[in-house]
Amino acid sequence: MTEPLLSIRDLTVEFGTEDGVVKAVTGVSYDVFPGETVGVVGESGSGKSVSVMSLLGLIPSPPGRVVAGQATFQGRDLLSMKKRELRDLRGGDVAMVFQDPMTSLNPVLTIGNQIVEAIRVHNPDVKEAEATKRVVDLLALVGVPNPDTRIDQYPHEFSGGMRQRAMIAMSIANQPKLLIADEPTTALDVTIQAQIIEVLKAAQRETHAATILITHDLGLVAELCDRVVVMYGGRVVEAGDVYTIFANPRHPYTVGLMDSLPKLIGEEEMLRPITGQPPSLISLPPGCAFHPRCFLSGGRMRCRTDVPPLRPIGDTEHLSACHFAEELQERHPERAATGGHGVIAP
Amino acid sequence: MTELRKGEEQRSSETVEAGGTAEHLDQRGHAHHLAPHEEVDQVTTAVPSDPMAFVGGSGEGDLALVYESGVELKARSQWSYAARRFARHKLAMGGAIGMFFIALVAIFADRVAPYPYDTLDFNALRVPPTTEGQHYFGTDLLGRDFFSRVVYGLRTSLWVALLITGLTTMIGVAIGATAGYFGGLIDNLLMRFTDLILTLPTLAVLLVASIYLGQGDPFRVALILAALFWTGIARIVRGTFLSLREKEFVEAAKASGAGDARIIIRHMLPNAVGPIIVSATLIVAAAILVEAALSFLGFGIQPPTPALGVLIDEGRNEGLKFWWMVTFPGLVIVFIALCINFIGDGLRDALDPTQRRVRD
Repeated sequence: MTEPLLSIRDLTVEFGTEDGVVKAVTGVSYDVFPGETVGVVGESGSGKSVSVMSLLGLIPSPPGRVVAGQATFQGRDLLSMKKRELRDLRGGDVAMVFQDPMTSLNPVLTIGNQIVEAIRVHNPDVKEAEATKRVVDLLALVGVPNPDTRIDQYPHEFSGGMRQRAMIAMSIANQPKLLIADEPTTALDVTIQAQIIEVLKAAQRETHAATILITHDLGLVAELCDRVVVMYGGRVVEAGDVYTIFANPRHPYTVGLMDSLPKLIGEEEMLRPITGQPPSLISLPPGCAFHPRCFLSGGRMRCRTDVPPLRPIGDTEHLSACHFAEELQERHPERAATGGHGVIAP
Repeated sequence: MTELRKGEEQRSSETVEAGGTAEHLDQRGHAHHLAPHEEVDQVTTAVPSDPMAFVGGSGEGDLALVYESGVELKARSQWSYAARRFARHKLAMGGAIGMFFIALVAIFADRVAPYPYDTLDFNALRVPPTTEGQHYFGTDLLGRDFFSRVVYGLRTSLWVALLITGLTTMIGVAIGATAGYFGGLIDNLLMRFTDLILTLPTLAVLLVASIYLGQGDPFRVALILAALFWTGIARIVRGTFLSLREKEFVEAAKASGAGDARIIIRHMLPNAVGPIIVSATLIVAAAILVEAALSFLGFGIQPPTPALGVLIDEGRNEGLKFWWMVTFPGLVIVFIALCINFIGDGLRDALDPTQRRVRD
């Protein structure tokens, strides 16, 4: 087996607030292998962004701090890295695409200027003219028309989709090994989303970068990802390859996520949301954080007292953190269509 | 790097193909509509006064609209919007023209002034304003041409004011940016220091400092004033930086590996230029006034170097009978301060990013 590019082990991140300690991420472990795309899925506040940002020193600190765990990138320990080393890594070997292209570009610098800047931060000897030429090529690569004139435009002269293309161009400017896309399509409308997905794919093909796709859009995951990590309440609740997760989810939360999607086949029906509210990260429910909303738990004691460990299902690489994962059946397409919960009646 | 280059050309065509039909349509549509110039011009008139509204739209469709309506694609920066807004501000334009005139007089003082500022003429002592012998503002008690003295005094005062403004802005921006960007303890220390400076009784400190640091030399006067004047601009810059540092583009810059200094100077400072320019402008006016006051009290620039405050002080000694000696330098001070304040107001309106509409 190849060495993982990024390896996270038992990462725990907390934010000290006036209301108490927010446990944003608790004991999160996953690997990202070279060239693959990992989707990190979860609802708002599930810790999906924080688990990645904290590695790169991008969470505000204080109040945020990594209290436990290890993380290695290409064998180098990220958490003990000096500021300077981390800075070289950011935008170099590890690049980010942010959620909102409307606000993540500097309004007073031209698009070209900003990308040139990103290149020259990491390659100070690259001449301005040379960098500019590369930026034109990059913009063409991500499908910005007339790149040689648009390079001199300001962000407000770009539409949302074009800005996100420019952001992607900026992120791959230094040939990253790992691309972190933090909800790259959330702020865009649906037709543009489809285009941006293509651009992301193109960027991946071009740089052969491994990608962490942070999203709550399961469609995006199905489209782009090789493996999926599902997070809930700051913990990984399920992980596996994308086919397994979609065909055979083994955590009630994942099942709930799938069920809450609008269906394109079968009878028309109401959407089936997951009942209840996401947990407060200050006072997580004891035991399994999902148990108050869980259809599978049925009030069983074990769900309320024991934190379920992330364990393999059978001897596959499919991991689930549910005490009763085995009670969830194989998810047949027709069952999904009729909206069955996939539960064996107890 | 090289790897990236190689694949680019084929890649770009491929991406366009893969990426979105909407754009294809745009481009085709664009090619279709590529009309002769007259037609394009006609369409342009239909464009609303605020083209940002157009381009700021969300869909790719808006982009096509921009193409078709023939709005030039060349970047029109925020500066050109600001310049247009400023030009619409009548008082500010008046102020700017006034200051331009004043600056010309100051720069070409030796050509404008009919006499050197220190030539004595004992045949013409205390002559009231007259066109005879070109004593437009009269002469002083030593027969020096007062118009020439005002012109040279203007030069000194303006030069000192600009020096003060430059120094003040540098100190204020450095302290404000550092405090606002880093926040926390650094912010606290710097801002409490700012508060401390603000509590000092300005005039008393100025008087004492001018005694110890030596009087008369315009550069030293500027230094003393700057040391007390930076607080306002520091606070403004700090406030701006506090809000800027939460912006996503700052996080994006951080994520692309930029260091603190680079983020402050390259990414944040350009966004704070508006408020900085506005307060710097107003400092020019304040500096002229305070320098005049200081010189008037005899602690600023010393005679025989003419400065506006010095001239008023000289006139005061002569009494009301020789009204021109107080009036003219006083009027010049008022005129400058007024012009600059108008400019400042205009700039504030023009550079305020929340105000996009052109004033009518």
